[in-house]
Amino acid sequence: MITRDQSEGASRREFLKMLGGGLLVVLVTRDALAAPALGARLTEAAPGAPQIPEDVNAWLHIDHNGAVTVFTGKVEFGQGIRTSLAQEVAEELRVPLSSIRLVMGDTMLTPFDMGTFGSRSTPQMGTQLRKVAATARERLVALAGARWHVDHGGLTAADGRVTDPRTGHSLRYGELTAGRAITATVSDDVALTPKPHWTVAGTSAPRVGARDLVTGRHQYTSDMRVPNMQYAKMLRAPSLGATLASLDASAAQTMPGVVVTRDGDFVGVTAPSAAAAAKALGALRATWTPAPGAAPSSRDIYDYLRHTPAQEAGPGHEGGSTEPFERGDVTAALAAAPHRLTQSYTVAYIAHVPLEPRAALAQFTHEAGGDRLTVWTGTQRPFAVRDQVAQAVAMPNDRVRVIVPDTGSGYGGKHTGEAAVEAARLAQRIGRPVKLVWTREEEFRWAYFRPAGVIDVDAGVDANGLITAWTFDNYNSGPAAIRPWYAIANQRVTFHPSVSPLRQGSYRALAATANHFARESHVSELARMVEMDPVAFRLKNIDDPRLRDVLQKAADRFGWPGSNRQAGHGVGVACGFEKGGYVATCAEVSVDRGSGEVRIVRAVTAFDCGAIVNPDGLRNQISGALVQGIGGALFESIEFDHGVIRNAHLAEYRVPRFSDVPAIDVVLVDRPDEPSMGAGEAPIMALAPAVAAAIFEATGVRLRALPMAPTGIKFAAASGAGSR
Amino acid sequence: MRIDLDVNGSRHSVDIDPSQTLLDVLRDELGLTGTKYGCGEGRCGACMVLVGSHAVASCTVPAQSAAGAKITTIEGLEHDGHLHPVQQAFLDEQAFQCAYCTPGMIMAGVALLRANPQPTAGEIAQGLETNVCRCGTYPRIVAAVRRAAAAGGGESRP
Ligand code: FES
Ligand code: FES
Repeated sequence: MITRDQSEGASRREFLKMLGGGLLVVLVTRDALAAPALGARLTEAAPGAPQIPEDVNAWLHIDHNGAVTVFTGKVEFGQGIRTSLAQEVAEELRVPLSSIRLVMGDTMLTPFDMGTFGSRSTPQMGTQLRKVAATARERLVALAGARWHVDHGGLTAADGRVTDPRTGHSLRYGELTAGRAITATVSDDVALTPKPHWTVAGTSAPRVGARDLVTGRHQYTSDMRVPNMQYAKMLRAPSLGATLASLDASAAQTMPGVVVTRDGDFVGVTAPSAAAAAKALGALRATWTPAPGAAPSSRDIYDYLRHTPAQEAGPGHEGGSTEPFERGDVTAALAAAPHRLTQSYTVAYIAHVPLEPRAALAQFTHEAGGDRLTVWTGTQRPFAVRDQVAQAVAMPNDRVRVIVPDTGSGYGGKHTGEAAVEAARLAQRIGRPVKLVWTREEEFRWAYFRPAGVIDVDAGVDANGLITAWTFDNYNSGPAAIRPWYAIANQRVTFHPSVSPLRQGSYRALAATANHFARESHVSELARMVEMDPVAFRLKNIDDPRLRDVLQKAADRFGWPGSNRQAGHGVGVACGFEKGGYVATCAEVSVDRGSGEVRIVRAVTAFDCGAIVNPDGLRNQISGALVQGIGGALFESIEFDHGVIRNAHLAEYRVPRFSDVPAIDVVLVDRPDEPSMGAGEAPIMALAPAVAAAIFEATGVRLRALPMAPTGIKFAAASGAGSR
Repeated sequence: MRIDLDVNGSRHSVDIDPSQTLLDVLRDELGLTGTKYGCGEGRCGACMVLVGSHAVASCTVPAQSAAGAKITTIEGLEHDGHLHPVQQAFLDEQAFQCAYCTPGMIMAGVALLRANPQPTAGEIAQGLETNVCRCGTYPRIVAAVRRAAAAGGGESRP
């Protein structure tokens, strides 16, 4: 649970002084406006000394030169929001994109934010920033009206200036605010520019700061250094849950510049160079006591999850209701259905493998009023990590500042602050700045995974091809997108959290991928049972017009179902809805009869996430999600036994590479009248079930376990098990 | 031990530990952090640099064995404020998301075009197979290398 720190405002006020004059616009939620304390605070604001309410979602500042700075707690991990959010601000503020700078993910400078996940940046932060920018514009126009003693209704704002077309008067934004500090507060109902009038938003603006990305100049956390900085390495247990029995650090301690820090099982070394730190780590002699009791392995994990219930949902179980859902009389409907199908599906633990592993740089500074700690780290939840770090070093939250440099990706895998806490504890102990960069192997072993899970589906279809009954039991994989969006009169949907032997957590689209895999695979089988085309069968059972539309568009672009299939080729389709995004994917695969190797030959995905803010950025996200989805669909899986990850290297854990990538065709469905929703997640969902269906068409083999073909398809073994 | 490294046209005399890889020395001793660590075992290409005309995974090269060789890193591609054609092509195609893989991809692309100035899409994919883009921007990377090839074979040899 994240708690707001009351003293947070103190550092904010220092920061506001730093901003100096100009126009500051803050967005306050309705709840906050309703709070009497806040009303008092706002009216107290003395002229020339802007104050800021505590419960602010976003703010924006325009200085006397017209430079616009936007402050948001969101972070840039490659999803492109540093650009798309700036586009939205530029649009409402009527300024060129280049005049906007975003300060992101800095707990001292930016408003509190829960974190960058759940595809919320565009629908929530984007909308908030548009309101902030629109308010700023209105305020500037009003200032100009007052200055010229005219009714501001006739004034126009464009290109960073307010102009009176009647008199020809024109002033730049900076001139209008010059020398004065002005604060304005946004309420929720400021009018926003409708999409048909967009000129900056809605275009394929190139990524802000892109030049530094191709020159290597951009500094990720792992690239940073500060004077006097020491390099750290952590001692890791040989297996999960093992405890340190003994430690002999004598050899390491004699090495020049090396400090060994031990606090219980927390053991780290610091040294003047990374090489020396690695040497010192290697010189530690530790013995460990394995965790007691038998631990399940990847071979028996599904039985284990099915039979080891947890008291309540935990990490990795976000994004959906954990309450059972029931409608109609599912038992009777199943019994009455002329066609019935019961199957189980499984999904493996998989790793995020962000190309930049966890990294942190922690620096204490001594200031009047006590120590301050600054930690640079790549996390999707800077404020939560700040609290985590503050607790670890026993400092008040407002003495700790977390800054998130644009980071080498996360995909839901960097919600936590392990490296930040480790670096901070070591820096506190040695009194010097410390940088810690996890190795790839540490990232595999000590980060968290997408939950493994088992899903049982039982469904009935009537004689006309209408799905009449549906039960869906998800063990541990998670409740995101667990309820069907098919119009089914009788359903029972239940999520069962399990005790997980591996550390699990968020992943791109959470459990929506697993739930779509089970649901859509099942629906494809049902279609076959009643001998209907899988697109037609879906259309018959889907009411939602936007979902129908993406399905139809994907099928059309793909040329569904096509004819004259090459030998060994097959096609499949799947669709879905999550987090405001509608997706449909058609895939064609080829399967080599000899080796069993599966290749995805082409994939067409149609996607609708409302009004499109940046079409090129959106295409990039959709295509990237599809590529990432290939890994989880076909070959990614964490192997483990006795608490040890067996494939903690890229040599053993296969991720999608160039040769795995099909011809990808993305159909963007723009909905100018619908709110803009996020796109980082939903496009990944439909690939795996579409590929499963395609493999079935190509081979007659039904694959119901993700990953489907880590070592290719074994025809002999599968032919008996596959239901045709 | 002290070795001489020739990096981006400058000689550096550096005191190294025999355990250090070329990647370690570039990043930690020379401060050339454009070259990234991604796996440390030659399986991701984030650390690729040119040794002579060949792209190599610098995490697999003992620093001492690179002494005397002509090494080019991502920082050495730009000349007088002009991007190398492959860098420019990555910009033009917006061939990145988090861009952590980008320096390694660009170096691999530069080496590929030196050996094969007009590669097919298949040859590009094959040539860059060591390089991982976890964000999945592969199709754009292929397009960028093709674009660089079309813009003159990518050859603006430093
Ligand atoms: S870091 Fe060298 S190949 Fe991955
Ligand atoms: S752009 Fe993120 S790894 Fe390639």
